[in-house]
Amino acid sequence: MKSTKGRVFAVAATAAVAALVFAGCAPAATDGTTVNCDDYSKYKGHEGTEVEVYTTIIDPEAALFKQSFADFEKCTGITINWNGTQEFEAQIPVRVEGGTAPDLAIFPQPGLLAKFAGKGLVEASADVTASVDANYSADWKNYGTVDGKFYAAPLGANVKSFVWYSPKVFKDNGYTVPTTWDELITLSDKIAADGKIQPWCVGFGSGEATGWVGTDWMEDIMLRTASPETYDAWVTHKIKFNDPAVAKAIAQAGSIIKNPKYVGDVKSIATTTFQAAGAGVVDGTCAMHRQASFLGGILASDNGAKIVDPTDTTTENGISVFYFPGASADNKPALGGGEFVGAFSDRPEVQAVQLYLTTPEWNNKKAKLGGWFSANKGLDEANVADPVNKVAVQILKNATTFRFDGSDTMPAAVGAGSFWKEMTAWVAENKSDKAVLDAIEKSWPKK
Amino acid sequence: MTESYLAFGKTPWDTIGPNLLQLVLGLVAFAAIVYICFLLASRASVKAQDWLKYLIFLVPASLLLLIGLVYPTIRTLIMAFMDSDSQQFVGFDNFAWAFTMPEILTVLRNTAIWVLLVPLFATALGLAIAYMTDRMKRAAVVTSLIFMPMAISFVGAGVIWKFVYDYQPNKFKPDIGLLSAITKALGMTPPNWLLEAPVNTLLLIVVMIWIQTGFAMVVLGAAMKNVPDEVVEAAMLDGAKPWARFIRITLPMIRSTIVVVLTTTMIGTLKVFDIVRTMTGGNFSTSVIANEMYSQSFRAMDYGHGSALAIILFVGCLPIIAYNIRQLRLERTER
Repeated sequence: MKSTKGRVFAVAATAAVAALVFAGCAPAATDGTTVNCDDYSKYKGHEGTEVEVYTTIIDPEAALFKQSFADFEKCTGITINWNGTQEFEAQIPVRVEGGTAPDLAIFPQPGLLAKFAGKGLVEASADVTASVDANYSADWKNYGTVDGKFYAAPLGANVKSFVWYSPKVFKDNGYTVPTTWDELITLSDKIAADGKIQPWCVGFGSGEATGWVGTDWMEDIMLRTASPETYDAWVTHKIKFNDPAVAKAIAQAGSIIKNPKYVGDVKSIATTTFQAAGAGVVDGTCAMHRQASFLGGILASDNGAKIVDPTDTTTENGISVFYFPGASADNKPALGGGEFVGAFSDRPEVQAVQLYLTTPEWNNKKAKLGGWFSANKGLDEANVADPVNKVAVQILKNATTFRFDGSDTMPAAVGAGSFWKEMTAWVAENKSDKAVLDAIEKSWPKK
Repeated sequence: MTESYLAFGKTPWDTIGPNLLQLVLGLVAFAAIVYICFLLASRASVKAQDWLKYLIFLVPASLLLLIGLVYPTIRTLIMAFMDSDSQQFVGFDNFAWAFTMPEILTVLRNTAIWVLLVPLFATALGLAIAYMTDRMKRAAVVTSLIFMPMAISFVGAGVIWKFVYDYQPNKFKPDIGLLSAITKALGMTPPNWLLEAPVNTLLLIVVMIWIQTGFAMVVLGAAMKNVPDEVVEAAMLDGAKPWARFIRITLPMIRSTIVVVLTTTMIGTLKVFDIVRTMTGGNFSTSVIANEMYSQSFRAMDYGHGSALAIILFVGCLPIIAYNIRQLRLERTER
């Protein structure tokens, strides 16, 4: 009796294994439908090859990346070896100099990428260049270009030009989302005059990094009051830090941040953490808070906020974002960041993978898996589930210019030093615009 | 964190386990090496044992000292005379910077205030409490309460006191800061405690005194126990009042201990970093040398400036240490 039972089980198990094996023969897509390998015909001819991707992106995000090109691997026979490490920035120079450069490297910032131009990085193929020209704006291509040569294709993106607000609070009070700077100021005045809630909550506090919030404000406004070229010149110190163009930006930032009618006690901005300031939008004590997309996660877990679509005006504690408006409705610069995929090998299978990652097909497939978006023009908003990311995709699509966070690319003595400190002193000690800019200018490393 | 563990079907022990195992293995290996060394040493001839004991005890210690103390000191000294990324020699530029920049002068001034006030108040308070509890019944309750902050890390103390000094700018929200609440209860408007210089530096100093008083009290209390009863009784028979007994007998008899407490607290205060970093991050004119040294080296990536500050700190410690050692020597010869 016992032995029969055992045998039945064994047969069932064998059948199950066989079913699995047979299922493996017909390419099944990750979502259960079968894959049409015709979509991948232009990447064929590299069966049995392997491509290493070296990156800072690790699990759990890496798992979604692997899932996104599972079909590509099945149809083309190219195996993508995802090699994620937090030591990327320290290890990539070692590997390149040691002659064991990865096939593809995903650079988290363009500054690092530029160091390898002509030192191992291979120029992008004609196909990749054509695809990037078709699918990305010139600004994005520019960040992958060093000395006129295009090396690296954009991958993911993030956006900082957000104002967090509560659609319900706006609806209840009859406020509308502003689309220009003047409308933003008019709205702020209106909220202040109504006297029910504080128009803005600003917090520069962030422990030892206190002040970085102020630098983000400056950068976002600099993009609005000066030309993109001036912004670049400011970041690379081709114009002085106390240039009139910069003075104009800090004055405009001050018109909100240093206005007690808008923010309450100006000095206490320096001791209020940015999280605590953002929480004001959730509990209804303030109307607006300018911050990058990551704030949503913090407010959701710490303050019981619900991230909602801007059209959802009924959810209690629901928060959403609108675009930090430009000077006019057609001036729409965006501040943010992104990753870039550079190749250290010109093997055809490496170029095939680099090309595939620039296509709208892959970008849509990846976005559907959630928590991710890119600046690809072919990315369909409908495939981006998160309401904030959806707004971010709209911002990137409408953006007249796109620039990276300037303080990240300035020398550390300024970008993570005097710029933070002086912006903090600007509010804490009511230091004048001029004194702040002069002090930062003085601290810029002389060489 | 919990979420990521769940996502991979792991428990925290999957991470802690291997690390714990490595720790245990490391300790076992260390014990084994020590055991083998002693075993070999005990086998050696009596004559060989003489220099073997020097070898076994001194070589590892001096090797570690060389790697961990002497080498970094020399390297820091060299870097203090080089530019931000240690490429070129710049002479005394970094020191000139430290003694001319207004912000750094504030840092030096703050450190001086710390070094003056903390040892003075911590020792004075410790001495007073030790004297008062010396012949008190159930003194253990009082002394252990006062000693307790010693068991808290500086960062922990910083976080606790940050709540005490918390300031709520929004008048619609409740205060969670103890000090603000007390001020309001007294009918006054609380200032933004950690923002207003120079009060903020004094408030930070209170935290350090809070921690160090327990240490001073315990050490000085132990010294007072050693004051012979006969001497005190003789003074009482001679009609000395309590205050005179304290000034004329107790103080002189524990003088050397007071010097040790003062100097160790002083050196500890010179190096204060954690309290400032956790409570203000060195903003609002509260920075001290150790904090600025860290910010310059590892935030601004300017190793020249950072090393120069480290050298200033080092030189500042030297006379105190020298005095301390001299006192200990004097005491030894007296005995």
